[in-house]
Amino acid sequence: MSIAARIDGDSAIAPAAGLPVGPAVLRAEGLSKQYGAVTVLSDVTLDIQPGEIHAIIGENGAGKSTFMRLLSGYIEPTEGTLSMAGHRVRFSRPDQAQAAGIALVHQEILLADALSVTDNLFLGRELTKGGLVDDARMRRLAAAKLAELGCEVSATSLVRDISLADRQLVQIARALLDEHRVVIFDEPTAVLTGGEVERLLTIIFELKARGIAVLYISHRLDEVQRLADKVSVLRDGKLVGTYPGHTLTQIDMARLMVGRELNALYPQKQATRTNEPMLSVRNAVVPGFVEDVSFTVHKGEILGFAGMIGAGRTELFEGMLGLRPGTATVELNGAPVRIRSQREAMDAGIGYLTEDRKGKGLLLQERLGPNLTLSALASFQRGLIVRRDREAKALAQAISSYDIRLKSLGARAGQLSGGNQQKLLLAKVLLSDPSVVIIDEPTRGIDIANKAQIYGFIQDLVRQGKACIVISSEMQELVGICDRVIVMREGRISGEVSDETMTESNIALLATSSRAHVAQGGTK
Amino acid sequence: MTALTQSAPTRSERQYQFSWADAGPFLALAALLALGFLVNPDFLSVTNLSNVITRSAYVAIIAVGATFVISSGGLDLSVGSMVAFIAGITIMFMNMMAPSLGLWAIPAGMAIAVVTGLLCGLANGVIVTVGKIEPFIATLGTMGIFRALITYMTNGGTIPIDKSLREAYRPVYFGTLGGIPIPILISAIVAVLGAFVLYKTKYGRRCAAVGANEDVARYSGISVIKTRTIAYVIQGACVAIAAICYVPRLGAATPTTGQLWELQVITAVVIGGTALRGGKGRIWGTIAGAVILELIANLMVLSDFVSEYLVAAVQGVIIIIAMLVQRFSK
Repeated sequence: MSIAARIDGDSAIAPAAGLPVGPAVLRAEGLSKQYGAVTVLSDVTLDIQPGEIHAIIGENGAGKSTFMRLLSGYIEPTEGTLSMAGHRVRFSRPDQAQAAGIALVHQEILLADALSVTDNLFLGRELTKGGLVDDARMRRLAAAKLAELGCEVSATSLVRDISLADRQLVQIARALLDEHRVVIFDEPTAVLTGGEVERLLTIIFELKARGIAVLYISHRLDEVQRLADKVSVLRDGKLVGTYPGHTLTQIDMARLMVGRELNALYPQKQATRTNEPMLSVRNAVVPGFVEDVSFTVHKGEILGFAGMIGAGRTELFEGMLGLRPGTATVELNGAPVRIRSQREAMDAGIGYLTEDRKGKGLLLQERLGPNLTLSALASFQRGLIVRRDREAKALAQAISSYDIRLKSLGARAGQLSGGNQQKLLLAKVLLSDPSVVIIDEPTRGIDIANKAQIYGFIQDLVRQGKACIVISSEMQELVGICDRVIVMREGRISGEVSDETMTESNIALLATSSRAHVAQGGTK
Repeated sequence: MTALTQSAPTRSERQYQFSWADAGPFLALAALLALGFLVNPDFLSVTNLSNVITRSAYVAIIAVGATFVISSGGLDLSVGSMVAFIAGITIMFMNMMAPSLGLWAIPAGMAIAVVTGLLCGLANGVIVTVGKIEPFIATLGTMGIFRALITYMTNGGTIPIDKSLREAYRPVYFGTLGGIPIPILISAIVAVLGAFVLYKTKYGRRCAAVGANEDVARYSGISVIKTRTIAYVIQGACVAIAAICYVPRLGAATPTTGQLWELQVITAVVIGGTALRGGKGRIWGTIAGAVILELIANLMVLSDFVSEYLVAAVQGVIIIIAMLVQRFSK
């Protein structure tokens, strides 16, 4: 599909121009947020009307969460203003937004496990009588609120004893305890299953009926299509437009979310792919995250794994590599291998770069040499001693082959920039010369120049006859460097794209929609 | 989502930078010696210093083991009770074997001491790693167990070493070799071995990595369970060696043997510059820490400024200062 065709597709969808304009309960005007030199949200102007369900959609990193956190007082805008019912408001703390009538239901469950449901609902705003907490009254109110939401847990149960879905409801109850004018849901259905989602949607429709404005952030386009009166699309921190919900198809939404050009960031694709299976995984199961996934990667191939956050991509590979409980039948070059620990995976020739390079990849307080050699210490040993001279040689080699920039040889890993840390991590994993390299989020938080270099390194790997698996939340990146992309949704493979079907909108559709079918030969 | 690129602070080009936190314990040691000399010139006499260092030897030996445990991210509160327990077992075994083995009962007893120490350490390690119990709680439990066992074994009194062995065993504490007291030699050997293992071997690297960040270690293919358990086993061996040196000093094991040593040991390790949260072990700092503790006590006895009843208070101040230095010298 040509870029021109995509732009045509965009303009075919008319923005919401003719909608009736009433007094906005919440209005954001020119809202921007910058962290240092990085702009994560730029000049967003949006009106929220009372009694409307307004969905915000966008790719990972499009600025949705930042926008929500600005509206609910968790962060302050660099530029721009907020007003409620025509009056300027300014929030520097979440409780100020709450007092003004804006509630945020967080994506993650933020409850104290060891406390009861009631205690959690009233945490930080306990009711008192004569200076003492009024437990009886709080319990009564909590029970009433839970009943209203159709949640059947007892107000006295401990949060750690109730199900994930009930915890989500408790969290919603906490947000709705006071009367609010605007309720923001940040991916509320990420942890819920079918029936629980239905219950939540009913709650949201009831809020709407009571004249409350609902902001709904979700990756699940089918839900957005059912719920939303209006859909606002964010892309790269900018508002693409606001559209009437009912006129948009899921394909339209996916296209609006990703519609941008590919540029010269990606190297020319090489025809290194063969039909020789290198790593084949059958029936991978990771309890709670992945159900029955099978795939094969070939010699010389770059295989992408796409999916929204929570689709189970990272968990699939961590389960397969013995980093978390899981089962899978793994064959390497046609021979079955048993992998129960990361050590066995390395010995078999499978290298894994974690997505969390600061938390799980590098010892930030340690010098570069010990970081580089940590997983291959045995090859630096002579007798009992780890040879520092060999380590220094390996480091010098890594610094020159991966172009790691550092201020001094005595630098600690934590003092390197994100891109250089990533290159060091790559060097560390490649030190033991694996034949299959799995890279989870190869370029997260890295500047463009380093990104391009890392893509080059990935291509070098397959040129050497290795197989490479790239897990990424950036669809553009996957389309730019992969030969084939497998898309996951809710712990399963929802589809696979390659050649002409490998477009960002097809991937977005497979990643977000339960009833997706990929149009063959492009989406035009 | 947000790219936070850290700018590397400018540092000198030297590979090994001077760090006040690392040099701290040795500077403190030098300062104490100078202060001691000003207070009382006898303080620096060979006899006095050799006495002080000999007395610090047990804590130093145990603290070498504790450096492994703490830098791997653990903690062992049971070492004081373990000394008493191992001393009790060793004496009972020696006494039992004396009639048949004669003086050979002594080396046999020493071997039993080491085996017991390894097993005690293994037990601590397995409870912490396989049982996944907080080291503080796990070793608080074994601390009580070892203490109760020695009290039970001594029936609340003492187990003295058999008269026939006493003379032959005495030199292990009181003897000298080339003019250097044997406990000092033993602790020096333990420290050299400890430094070798921690700084030069694969295990030492892994130990520090596990303590610095368990996840990074795990994702680097290191067995966290194995690495931590070995640290406790090393600790057990060190406790056994300390017990072997300690037995001839008193010639008996009692329910109060080694009481509160765990605190001395942890203090020595921490003022030596090892990070209590793990990841950074300093064997020579630990040794300096053990000597500092004993020097302070000695200095207070020799001077008349401060009552020696306040020794523990001064040691308490030292540990807090050491932690503050670690905290603010980053």
